[in-house]
Amino acid sequence: MTTQVRLSVDGKSHTISVDDPNMPLLYALRDELGMSNPHFGCGLAQCGACTVHVNGEPTRSCVTPLSAVTDAKIVTLAGLGTAEHPHPLQAAYVAEQVPQCGYCINGWIMTAAALLKKNPHPSDDDIRKGLTGLKCRCGTHMAIIRAVKRAAATA
Amino acid sequence: MTSLDLLRSDLTRRGILKGTGALVISFSAPATLAEAAIAAIAAPKPLDPTQLDSYLAIHRDGSATVFFGKIDGGQGTDVGIAQIVAEELDLPADKVAVVMGDSAKTINQGGASGSFGITWGGKPMRHAAAQARQTLLDLAAKRLDVSADKLTVTDGVVAVLDAPAKKITYGQLVGGKFFNVTMKWNGKIGNDLDVDGGAPLKKPADYKVVGTAPPRRDVKPKVFARPATYVTDIRLPGMLHARVVRPPVAGAEAKSVDESSIRSIPGARAVQKDGYIAVVAPKEWNAIRAAQQLKVDWSQPAPAFADPAQLYDTIRKAPVRKRTVEKQTGSVDQAMQGAAKVVEADYEWPFQSHASMGSACAVAEMKDGVMTVWTGSQKPHYARDGVAALLKLPPEKVRAIWLTGPGSYGRNDAGDAALEAAFLAQATGKPVRIQGMRPEGITWDTKGPASVHHAKAGLDAAGKIIAYQFESKGFSRLDLDSNESDPAYSLIGQQWGVALKPLDSFGTPDEAYDIPNQLKAWETIAPMLDRVSPLRTSHLRDPVGPQIHFASESFIDELALAAKTDPVEFRLRHLSGRDAAAVKAAAEKFGWTTRVSGPSSDSKADVVTGRGIAYAKRLGTIVVVAAEVEVDRRSGKVRTKRFAVAHDCGCVVNPALLHNTIEGNIVQATSRSLWEEVRFDKQKVTSVDWLTYPILDITEAPEKVDIVLLDHPEIPPTGAGEPSSRPVAGAIANAIFDATGVRIRRAPFRPENLKGSFA
Repeated sequence: MTTQVRLSVDGKSHTISVDDPNMPLLYALRDELGMSNPHFGCGLAQCGACTVHVNGEPTRSCVTPLSAVTDAKIVTLAGLGTAEHPHPLQAAYVAEQVPQCGYCINGWIMTAAALLKKNPHPSDDDIRKGLTGLKCRCGTHMAIIRAVKRAAATA
Repeated sequence: MTSLDLLRSDLTRRGILKGTGALVISFSAPATLAEAAIAAIAAPKPLDPTQLDSYLAIHRDGSATVFFGKIDGGQGTDVGIAQIVAEELDLPADKVAVVMGDSAKTINQGGASGSFGITWGGKPMRHAAAQARQTLLDLAAKRLDVSADKLTVTDGVVAVLDAPAKKITYGQLVGGKFFNVTMKWNGKIGNDLDVDGGAPLKKPADYKVVGTAPPRRDVKPKVFARPATYVTDIRLPGMLHARVVRPPVAGAEAKSVDESSIRSIPGARAVQKDGYIAVVAPKEWNAIRAAQQLKVDWSQPAPAFADPAQLYDTIRKAPVRKRTVEKQTGSVDQAMQGAAKVVEADYEWPFQSHASMGSACAVAEMKDGVMTVWTGSQKPHYARDGVAALLKLPPEKVRAIWLTGPGSYGRNDAGDAALEAAFLAQATGKPVRIQGMRPEGITWDTKGPASVHHAKAGLDAAGKIIAYQFESKGFSRLDLDSNESDPAYSLIGQQWGVALKPLDSFGTPDEAYDIPNQLKAWETIAPMLDRVSPLRTSHLRDPVGPQIHFASESFIDELALAAKTDPVEFRLRHLSGRDAAAVKAAAEKFGWTTRVSGPSSDSKADVVTGRGIAYAKRLGTIVVVAAEVEVDRRSGKVRTKRFAVAHDCGCVVNPALLHNTIEGNIVQATSRSLWEEVRFDKQKVTSVDWLTYPILDITEAPEKVDIVLLDHPEIPPTGAGEPSSRPVAGAIANAIFDATGVRIRRAPFRPENLKGSFA
């Protein structure tokens, strides 16, 4: 039985039909709205590749049921900034040439964006603690830390 | 026309060069999604390795496209290739687009393999570019009516040396047309492919583009979330989503599948053939639910695996399947007898997983008699061959297109996904997208082999090594070949019962220590389960490098201690030339203080620090890593505080991208050293997610990684994708010894493994 669900994503409203109102948000973003950026990494909220902002809070969309976000404001990496108007973290990621495969990128940038909002001038330790738990398999951690510091310095 | 339609319409290799094919290119090769997108062409002529046109095209605007038969896993190999080609052509690097990873557009140069991207992959590209330049000069000479030696080229504009107003552009000379130049091909396909038309190569002293640092072309698409950047992003009309259902216990076979168990899920159905089981549904979430709910009656096989607590004894006692002596000089036994001191030690390394960031994905579509597979496999040409063999299609009716996958460190689960997607597309008659859930990427990917290593050496009275024996024994690094060209090397093929073709291979320490009497050998053993095993082994980044050099470089430190010598000084006693220079460079960058390793006698603190160094070569590249660690003797927790790395891979093509590549290697190898170990019980692999296969967290990342690039423009580049992974475990183990006085001979150095070691 299909249900209609309303979603606000990157400033646009959408209504989608789903078979299961508890379907995680990730599949609505990717499969119903055709977005490419939040990635399926683990489906277990253990890696962060699917991270989006829900009402400003970094949220693992792979375990967030649609029913929990129907009235929420969702922002994805694509809504954070564009090549023409990049978020300072996106600009810093380009400047530092951070990603290797880059599949983890939503987790780090979306989590760091929320971190910088709360703490615009984080110490190295604040950055590490604020990003703990996110996975990057290619080992780009040093470049990630550089990029967050660069973004903090330029924001 | 959508980009996909364009892509499909482009299947015939015979194409007229057009100036409008940018969409095609940008879709199939992230590299050319560059900001300065270059209007490119549709396709080269029929792919013929002797033809210059198979490798390079010049467009009307004077820019170039090269067709590169390898891929880039995120280290900027394509940028390096663009620089090499631009150098020979006298073009700026951003005027060279790189098409890669499409079996219909590029000749098989082996895909990503062995850190050969620049080393081998760059050679034919460089030769083709030099040939193109010479051809262009000859054409210009005719058009400008001067001899070719009176011409000069600046940014693709050919001008007469003493009459610079007389000029013509590359675009005017051949833009949009074929060169129709035949080159001498060495007859090889894959890594070794080379061509040479006899055109002179530019002298390193004249390099303007090689050695500079243009940025990666895939970073902006990734950072700004552009569509179709990853293989996971491919969506086709009418596409079904698929999930595989793997056995819950190693060796189990499905006796029956209860399709009614998923009947309530819209559109879901099971697809089975000869023991392979998947579910498909139009909606991805429904496919996921169906895979979870499908009831399968599995057989209860006898436990396939040895007791994991006895893994290393199991390896030692196992019958040898193949023994190879890689190096034998002098007489080790005789020299050992005359030694002043003999040292002996054993080391152990676990199974490790690729554990890519996401499990592999592939999309396949059968259309107009051609099976197209979008894959994250590092070796798309071989994936094409594997799909053709599995489905009994002629290879020319299969096209594999590489797109960035969720991680690429060797033969991971991508090769399986490619073949399975193709089978499911054939079986359902619809386009199919398959992606693994987390266990497909950790539990079921191919594993780096577990191994034991025995080292024995004799020192003379002056503290010099006079005899050295190093032997490894382990599972083969290639029980499955490092590509999926044969279904024998895929889970679906093995499930279907194809004849197995295990390969036996391991390796020996790669270094240049001057030791007169040496014996280096390896032995492989049979896998514990030979078919559809979650502990199947194949290439994981720097295959067998980390384990061998953990052992060999730990052992060199044990010898230094026996000789009561500083580890840097001891290594330098046995090294010369570039190897010695790299050791010195790393030590200097680190701020190494000369002393015999080991804690000072008054060090009774709970948290202690130490420093260690390790050196290794890999196919010509030299890497030296110095590490500072902090060890909590109570908890067993090891923290890598900082590294200094000296890296000599000959000519540095792009220092900035090389820097990040080395840094990634160091951090990933630290993760492998400190944390990574595939857990299993007698029936199954129990590492199923990030909790059961932990990797390094950012809170544990080093504070600093200092890198010294030892650049030798006159020495052809020898590869950098993997070498810096190999000395890391040894450097850390040596630093742990320096901090604590305790020698750790088994990886990984997890707190629970080390707790109690430092009491």
